[in-house]
Amino acid sequence: MLFFSFFKTLTNQTVTIELKNDIRIRGILKSVDQYLNIKLDEVEVLDLDKYPHLSSVKNMFIRGSVVRYVMLPRSEVDVGLLEDATRREAANQAGKAR
Amino acid sequence: MERLSLNDSPAGGQQQQQRNRQFPQQNDLGPSAPGQPGQQQQTSGPPQLPPQMFTTAAQLLDLTDKKLVLVLRDGRKLIGVLRSWDQFANLVLQETIERIYAGNLYADVPRGIFLVRGENVLLLGEVDLDREDDVPSSVTKASFEEVFELKKKEDSQRKSGDKKRHTHLSALGFEPEHSGEILF
Repeated sequence: MLFFSFFKTLTNQTVTIELKNDIRIRGILKSVDQYLNIKLDEVEVLDLDKYPHLSSVKNMFIRGSVVRYVMLPRSEVDVGLLEDATRREAANQAGKAR
Repeated sequence: MERLSLNDSPAGGQQQQQRNRQFPQQNDLGPSAPGQPGQQQQTSGPPQLPPQMFTTAAQLLDLTDKKLVLVLRDGRKLIGVLRSWDQFANLVLQETIERIYAGNLYADVPRGIFLVRGENVLLLGEVDLDREDDVPSSVTKASFEEVFELKKKEDSQRKSGDKKRHTHLSALGFEPEHSGEILF
């Protein structure tokens, strides 16, 4: 659930998503759900010549399972905070396993 | 929800609780339903967006009854109107056409109604109706037969290329990328 919450804090930021089939899409992150499905607004497909079917698309729902990377604006990520949160989550998980 | 306890007078409280039990998912649909003001529980901390915004349902609700491009894991591109869906992104599309691309050509094939299992969905894009007819200059419309032939050729070329690469990779001890999963 940590990354779900993390992505929720990034709503309305511009992100670039690379899919497992190499399409790269830049857009404004509008929403994310528990499966990390992502909704993008004002999309712009990099390398549009290769993907002409996406030329008239304005917003997009991307299934979480096909995302390879999400590239985030550096200024919007508090790495220290995220590090702490991941450690806490890991500790919680370890506690639960015991 | 209002903060209610068992000690509250049964008058309004219990009715409310009963109603919530009967329609438990009502609050999950769309932004707060009208006629139930102030029911949301306020938590301390920074102001947060309502959690029901961050569900698959809310994301797909906006796209319902819109003209969409659906890209499947096998590379197919379907264009149709989204009529129904569920939490796995299983979808129903109406008046669907399949658009086949090959080289710098494309062709449309009318298909009809599609029920797509969610796992095969790559992405769903809402078509901007003002721009849907501006096909990029890099592709031109052609007859189905022509495009289909070209596509068959391209597919077999890619397949043999993939096979070659996989044999090389596995000889070096690498598991090929997304093996067992078709992705275009």
